[in-house]
Amino acid sequence: MKLWPGLGVAALLSALSIGTLVMVALKAQGGATLGAADWAAIRFTLTQAILSAVLSVLLAIPVARALARRQFRGRRSLIALLGAPFLLPVIVAVLGLLSIYGRNGLFSAALQLVGLGPISIYGLKGVVLAHVFFNMPLATRLFLQGWQAIPEQHFRLAAQLGMRTGDINRRLETPMLKEVAPGALAVIFLLSVTSFAVALTLGGGPRATTIELAIYQAFRFDFDLAKAALLAVAQFTIGALAAYGAWKLAAPTRFGVSSGGLREPERWDCQARSVLLRDAGVLLAAMLFLFLPLMAIFASGLAGLTALPLSALGGAILRSVLVAFGAAGLTLCFALALGFAIVRLERSHAQTAGLIEGLGALFIAASPMMIGTGLFIFLFPLVDPVALALPITALVNATMSLPFALRAILPALRQSEQGFGHLADSLGMQGWGRFRLLTWPTIRRPALFSTGLAAALSMGDLGVIALFADPQSATLPLMLYRLTGSYQIDAANGAALILVLLSFTLFWIFEREANRET
Amino acid sequence: MLKMSLIAAGLALTLAGGAGAADKPVLNVYTYDSFASEWGPGPAVKKAFEAVCGCNLKFTTAGDGAALLARVELEGARSSADVVLGLDTSLTAKAAATGLFATVKDGRKTDLPGGWNDPLFLPFDWGYFAFVYDKAKLKTVPHSFADLAAAPKSLKIVIEDPRSSTPGLGLLLWVKKAYGTRAPEIWAGLAPHILTVTKGWSAAYGMFLKGEADMVLSYTTSPAYHRIAENDDSKAFARFSEGHYMQIEVMGQLAKAPHPALAARFLAFMQSDKVQSIIPTTNWMYPAILPKSGLPDGFDAALPAKDALIYRPDEAQAVRAAALEEWRTALSK
Repeated sequence: MKLWPGLGVAALLSALSIGTLVMVALKAQGGATLGAADWAAIRFTLTQAILSAVLSVLLAIPVARALARRQFRGRRSLIALLGAPFLLPVIVAVLGLLSIYGRNGLFSAALQLVGLGPISIYGLKGVVLAHVFFNMPLATRLFLQGWQAIPEQHFRLAAQLGMRTGDINRRLETPMLKEVAPGALAVIFLLSVTSFAVALTLGGGPRATTIELAIYQAFRFDFDLAKAALLAVAQFTIGALAAYGAWKLAAPTRFGVSSGGLREPERWDCQARSVLLRDAGVLLAAMLFLFLPLMAIFASGLAGLTALPLSALGGAILRSVLVAFGAAGLTLCFALALGFAIVRLERSHAQTAGLIEGLGALFIAASPMMIGTGLFIFLFPLVDPVALALPITALVNATMSLPFALRAILPALRQSEQGFGHLADSLGMQGWGRFRLLTWPTIRRPALFSTGLAAALSMGDLGVIALFADPQSATLPLMLYRLTGSYQIDAANGAALILVLLSFTLFWIFEREANRET
Repeated sequence: MLKMSLIAAGLALTLAGGAGAADKPVLNVYTYDSFASEWGPGPAVKKAFEAVCGCNLKFTTAGDGAALLARVELEGARSSADVVLGLDTSLTAKAAATGLFATVKDGRKTDLPGGWNDPLFLPFDWGYFAFVYDKAKLKTVPHSFADLAAAPKSLKIVIEDPRSSTPGLGLLLWVKKAYGTRAPEIWAGLAPHILTVTKGWSAAYGMFLKGEADMVLSYTTSPAYHRIAENDDSKAFARFSEGHYMQIEVMGQLAKAPHPALAARFLAFMQSDKVQSIIPTTNWMYPAILPKSGLPDGFDAALPAKDALIYRPDEAQAVRAAALEEWRTALSK
């Protein structure tokens, strides 16, 4: 286990996040201060991000609990489908949500039947609704992993001791929730902080200005690079505080090594009819909330398939898949390099290890506009940035998924090293052999899961390619964006459907591989 | 690292697809996305110009006019661009101040209301901003900002954000030009009707087509798109008694253009009948110079010059920061 690959990745991350900011600041002339409008943007950003995080987590707990203690047909598929909202491109998701909750949406139509006016989702409630739609499934998955990390024997022991649901809740589930919740809150908070198009569109106007929009304004309306850099520093500071808070609050549970198997614990305590009904209700409500907009996207996409320009589609799909696999491969390499470095440093330099871990999380709060522009300023004197559009997109997409990958892989990596590291050392196991025989079997599941997530996220993300675009080499999200900009709404719906299906298929293939018994 | 370089090599191969005739000069034209996309004028313009210029025409794209200017500013004097195509007159004062643009020879006499006179930029097309609606759904159509403010609260419009979108900025200047110091009052009257503000034109127009809003800020030429391309005559624009703000799209040549002669030739070509007759049904704007063949069937003649509102570039630049603040304050209440 060498240290330098991890430190190299950490340096790369710092360069991409803080370095790009410095590039922009250096290019700026004169200083900048934050005006009243900027402070309003900071306040709104905090309000919506806190609400989005808290609501997503509160709603995710019952859903995850129901999924954790119930066995039913299609449960696996349901869990996999939970990944879908998280993977949607922004404009597609907004139009999907409006099909259900908009003025002309399903709910308003139903209300009209009974003589009530249309509902209005515009405002803070719309912003939070959209963020919960994106992130509640993510929180559900994080909690579900928490439940699965409680060793099955504990539940068996609890049953033998005659513990009821309440006791199990207090002794096993609450400690787990306390450990997982701060991280989940922080991740969703960070994801919501950089929101811009969703916040503006559903927020109903300039009241819903986020910091990212203010950064965008500084770049393109004012061309005030100093202001853009200052706002990005504000966004970073918020992100850093959130990441630090989560790290401080997360109380580690001491359940010991989980069997990590796929066998779900038998829950003798949850047989009562009322509990069963409650779980069924929770799952049904969650499915309606999440899948109705997805079905609307599916329906309008099917209708638009025939309008798609087939000549450009093949190339766009190929480029998107290449970028997705590139990003996924990079994410895995980066996460492993960082993970090994963290595990090794934890023994001697706990603070450095924590810092590197935080750096990964902090990246979620980096402004995509800032990264793209900073990279452009850096690369332009050296090479033609447009020629590097796809590799750069893959690289930036990889770093965006890295926090999730690191989160998933790190515990397994720790487990493998703490459990068997000394033994392997004494046996002289090193290098590839040690990785293949010792590490990989333990981290296989989270590693494949996060590789799939990275591929799917990269697939759906417009990312920096919008700044480095080359008309000849559009990815699928860029093609979608161009279609919507040229009156081609039907074709854009069709492209959105293909995009969602492709990105979900990638996710599902990896997930299935991850769940395969070895 | 091996994996990474393999990926890079693979990507380089796919990117290198188009390079062939390396001996011809390459004219580098920076433009906005939808101009160069396969639904825009780009492909036809490229084909026609390459047939006569003995060169290769390369489009490099940015999101829209403002992104284009930001890109040119970031690249500065080292830019390899020959021509920048797709700024509008709310950006040209700022573009001129960069000192990156060369003076151009006068172009052809334009058909723009108010004519054209600018040492650095030549127009290639133009349009009027307008609120577009569905004739079957909206029965009482407002014909002024005052009408719109007085309409029942249930009449909803969706507009674009001036900070992130060209039409959004157009609306800001429209209200300011028409009402001057009364602009905040007009915005306050419009506020209850504004369903939401979007980042760009496409989200706003998409929401309108979904039936979320009764009207959307777009162009007087939008109904022609539906009529000609989709055989759908259901859309119309509301003619406003205050007049309509104009968007004039222009092009300029960089002072440090690697191919100045070709660049000048391209600017002239963009104003030729050949290109001007392509513009209406690809960029869905009015040609700067009416071609001999006139406008295509289904493409209504532009509103007369007495309806045209526009700021001079220097005025637009001077007024926009204060106008934005008024807009933000009125809509944040």
